[in-house]
Amino acid sequence: MFMPNVPVGQPVPGFSEKDLIKRSASSVPEPARRLTEVAKLIDISKCIGCKACQSACIEWNDTHPEMESFQGTYMNPHDLTPNMFTLMRFNEWTNPETDKLEWLIRKDGCMHCSDPGCLKACPAPGAIVQYSNGIVDFVHDNCIGCGYCVKGCPFNIPRISQTDHKAYKCTLCSDRVAVGQGPACAKACPTHAISFGTKDEMKAEAADRVKDLNSRGYKNAGLYDPPGVGGTHVMYVLQHADKPHIYNDLPDDPKISSLVQAWKGAGKFAGLALIGFAAVASAAHAVFAGQNKVTKHDEEEGEALTGKDA
Amino acid sequence: MSEALRDTDRLDPNRNIEHRTMVQPGDAITPGTKGTPATVKRYGPLARLNHWVVAFSLIALALSGLALYSPYLYFLTGIFGGGQTTRWLHPWIGVLLFVSFYVFFAQLWRANLFNRDDLTWAMRFKDVVAGNEERLPEMGKYNAGQKFVFWGMSALILALIGTGVLIWQEYFAVYTAIETQRWAALLHAAAAIAIILIWITHVYASIWIQGTMRAMTRGNVTAGWAYRHHRKWLKQLAGLRRKTAPQANAVEHTKAAKHLGL
Ligand code: HEM
Ligand code: SF4
Ligand code: SF4
Ligand code: SF4
Repeated sequence: MFMPNVPVGQPVPGFSEKDLIKRSASSVPEPARRLTEVAKLIDISKCIGCKACQSACIEWNDTHPEMESFQGTYMNPHDLTPNMFTLMRFNEWTNPETDKLEWLIRKDGCMHCSDPGCLKACPAPGAIVQYSNGIVDFVHDNCIGCGYCVKGCPFNIPRISQTDHKAYKCTLCSDRVAVGQGPACAKACPTHAISFGTKDEMKAEAADRVKDLNSRGYKNAGLYDPPGVGGTHVMYVLQHADKPHIYNDLPDDPKISSLVQAWKGAGKFAGLALIGFAAVASAAHAVFAGQNKVTKHDEEEGEALTGKDA
Repeated sequence: MSEALRDTDRLDPNRNIEHRTMVQPGDAITPGTKGTPATVKRYGPLARLNHWVVAFSLIALALSGLALYSPYLYFLTGIFGGGQTTRWLHPWIGVLLFVSFYVFFAQLWRANLFNRDDLTWAMRFKDVVAGNEERLPEMGKYNAGQKFVFWGMSALILALIGTGVLIWQEYFAVYTAIETQRWAALLHAAAAIAIILIWITHVYASIWIQGTMRAMTRGNVTAGWAYRHHRKWLKQLAGLRRKTAPQANAVEHTKAAKHLGL
């Protein structure tokens, strides 16, 4: 997909606070307008594992991943980190049908879920926001570093910095998208394995790619846009869409864990209600039963037992 | 029990099992004089200090925890100087609570063992709530309700430190799977609610039963209070005093002597 260069002059951001549809631990008013949903499409069948996207991400976001040692695969660093928002994960997979080796390289990173578990779990008002174009962004000024988002995310994406104790992940280059640019990783990709556009465009493009892959023998090729999290704004074209897990444990059917639902669900209100009830019941008991007082008789008996010295 | 204790048993018939599980080191009667009523020592200064450390930590933990528990209570982070501070401070106060509570535990557990009277007490809970203490069995240093608070807190503090460490992002998050942490977060929140409920009961009881608070402020209670609420404990102490303090022999001529069958 063609990516225009940066326009000259001071660009006006295309979306802002006013376009929020979700805000962690708080509510937002219904926005006056709805932006068109955007999406990044990662075509795994086209990826050559060059990691230009990783480099572009580091450069654009000005992160500083540590120099690490060889882990036995091309993957580097060893995992997503607060300084590495996207990571190429390599898997050598033998296709049982053809007995041929397939090199599955997945660009891991935030999926920008429609139903984001990170946002659901976050206790800090406004630390995680979702814009009506689908981008899920972390607002570092509001983040307290508790790591609840890590527990909420079905894709194991957020990472908490040990330096400033704030959560980091891919922003979908919200700052670039706001001024009409595509994500840095998409722009850097030499094979156009990463494209960016409206979600509908990306679905159409994926459909074309799937048709092509089908015609070349990948009968299970398909689009990964998991419905369990309401669909995502980062989607994959998979050669083997019937088994996402072969792509370095991409979840087959991701959804927000039922434990997180229970933790963040109606139970919270039940807990507060119980505390309120206990307080009210105590007060009511005090009013109706009166204090339990020591009587004159108790005093006399007590004195008798303890024996006056004088 | 050690040989040494058994020796003392033989020397002092009052040091029977019931006595050992009811009367604690430092508990003693201070006889009244003309004008000042008799009092009974219940907690020494260090035990009281420790109690208030536990109490302070529990309240601070409840406030800082509830701040993250519900968006409606997030404003409570203001007490601690903001969200980031609340996040790192809470687990450290948890460690303080754990240590101070278990020092307290070591001192009190023996007197909190359940016995048959506790069952009777619990079955007549209606009379407990109504304050009809004459219909309840005589109690040792602690009644069944106090014992329930004691063991409930002991268990929940263990659960809270266990689950709390698992979700302590800064130091321990890397050691456990995310699924384990999800369990821990859920159980931590549930245990927190349970301990807050117990805490409300505990505080309320100490207000409702007039004259209780001074046990933790001044360290002693009046003889009348001890007679009304913990009569068995008072009788044990009175008996002990008679054995060990010859100058208090006058006790034999009191009603107490009849009570004790002396
Ligand atoms: C005993 C040691 C304890 C430890 C190590 C501990 C640790 C933690 C940690 C690490 C968190 C996550 C937030 C943060 O990082 O600050 C947390 C949350 C919380 N803690 Fe504790 N805690 C302890 C005791 C308690 C106690 C005694 C209470 C209640 C009186 C309590 C109530 C809470 C609540 C309500 C939350 C929020 C749970 C939620 O967000 O659903 N904690 N605790
Ligand atoms: S660490 Fe995650 S869950 Fe906690 S405040 Fe920051 S963004 Fe929210
Ligand atoms: S992938 Fe994880 S971090 Fe990204 S939006 Fe979904 S839940 Fe949040
Ligand atoms: S969209 Fe931006 S932040 Fe996300 S992986 Fe690509 S370059 Fe990095």
